[in-house]
Amino acid sequence: MKNDTIVLALCCHYCAYAAADMAGSMRLQYPPNIRVLRMPCTGKIEENYVLSAFEYGVDGVMVAGCLEGGCHYLEGNLRARKRIERVKGILEEIGLEPERVEMFNLSSAEGPRFAEISTEMCERIGKLGPSPLRADRSRLKAGIEELQAEADAVLEGEKR
Amino acid sequence: MIVADRKQIPELRDMIKDFDRVLLVGCGTCVTVCLSGGEREVGIIGSALRMSLKLIGRGDTVVDECTIERQCDDAFIDALAERVQEYDAVISFGCGVGVQALAERFPKTPMFPGLNTQFMGLLESQGVWAEKCAGCGRCRLGEFMGLCPIARCSKQIFNGPCGGSHDGKCEVNDDINCVWQEIIDRARELGMLDKLEELAQPQDWSTYRDGGPRKVVREDQCIAGMGPDAEEGVQ
Repeated sequence: MKNDTIVLALCCHYCAYAAADMAGSMRLQYPPNIRVLRMPCTGKIEENYVLSAFEYGVDGVMVAGCLEGGCHYLEGNLRARKRIERVKGILEEIGLEPERVEMFNLSSAEGPRFAEISTEMCERIGKLGPSPLRADRSRLKAGIEELQAEADAVLEGEKR
Repeated sequence: MIVADRKQIPELRDMIKDFDRVLLVGCGTCVTVCLSGGEREVGIIGSALRMSLKLIGRGDTVVDECTIERQCDDAFIDALAERVQEYDAVISFGCGVGVQALAERFPKTPMFPGLNTQFMGLLESQGVWAEKCAGCGRCRLGEFMGLCPIARCSKQIFNGPCGGSHDGKCEVNDDINCVWQEIIDRARELGMLDKLEELAQPQDWSTYRDGGPRKVVREDQCIAGMGPDAEEGVQ
C-alpha cells in the first residue's frame, strides 16, 4: 500500500537541521514523506505548536534536537523532551496514538542518523496510517507554512 | 496564590456536548502563574479539545479561546461582554471564583469550569505547588512560628506533633513534611521554644466554613444604598 503520510520534522538549527543537510550532501536516501522545518532550538517548541501541527492534519511529528548535554542553549532539548512527553499524554487523552510524535537526539555530524530516524518515523507513521484529523492537502500545506513562518520569526529575531 | 489543575479533555468534551459554539476563557492571574489556566494552557486545551471533538465526529463545533487579565474583577470581565454573546457556552479557566464571577456577569450563558481549583498555596519547587492557607478566618500563625497547622498538618492539631511524625515526615504520606517538626525547628532557631510550652487553645471554627458562606464587610467603604444593610431592590 502506498504510504502518503506526512511527517513533520521539527529540526534544531544547530544539529538536526545541519545533519539533514549533511544527509543530503552524502546523497543518503530517506522517505519523501518528511517535511523539514527549521527551529531555533527544540526548547522553543511549545506543546501547542506540536498540537497545531496535528490540528492542521499532519500524520506524525518528529522533534530532533541536540545530544543531551550538547544544547546550544544548555537545556532546550531537555525541556523539549518533557514537553513532547506531555504532548503524548494529551494525544492519548483525546484518542490519537501517542506514537505519532517522538523526540530524537543527534549531533550535526550525524547525517546517516538523520536518514535513519526519518526512515524509522516514516515507517512507523505508515503503519499507523493517515491521521483521522487529516485535512485537505491545501490546508495542510498552508498550515506547515504558517508553522515555519512562526519559527522563522524567532530565527529572524535572533539575528538582530 | 490560588492553585488549580486542569480537567481531562473527555470531561470538558462531555460538558459541552449540547453546544455548537464554545468560548474558552483563560485568566491572567493566579492560574497563569500555576500553569493551569493562562493563555498558553488555554491554547493547548483549545487545540486538544477541537481535535477531540473532530475525532468523535463533532468537528463542526466552534471552539475559540481568549484570556482576560483577571476573571475575579468585573472591570476586566467587561472586555468579554460583546464576545460572549457570539457563543452558546463558556468554559472558564479561572479558579472557582472566576467561573462564578463570569456566571454572575453573564446570566444567559451556560458556564462550565475548565479547572479543578485546589487550594491557596505556594510554589515549592519548579512544577510543584503546596497548600499553605486554609482561609479559616481567624489567623493564628503568630502562635505557630508562621507555619499553619490547619493547612499543613494532616490532623490539623494545635499541640503537636502527633505520634505519626517520623524523620520530619507525616505518617499519612512521606511526601508530606510534618509541619509540627518544622514549627519546632523554627522555634528552636528563633530561640522561642518556650512559646510552644503554652497550651494552644481550640480554634473557634465559627469563622471558617462551619458558619456558612462568609462575607467581609467594610462599612466605611460601602456606598450608600449598596451595602449589606441596603433594602432589597434599592441598588
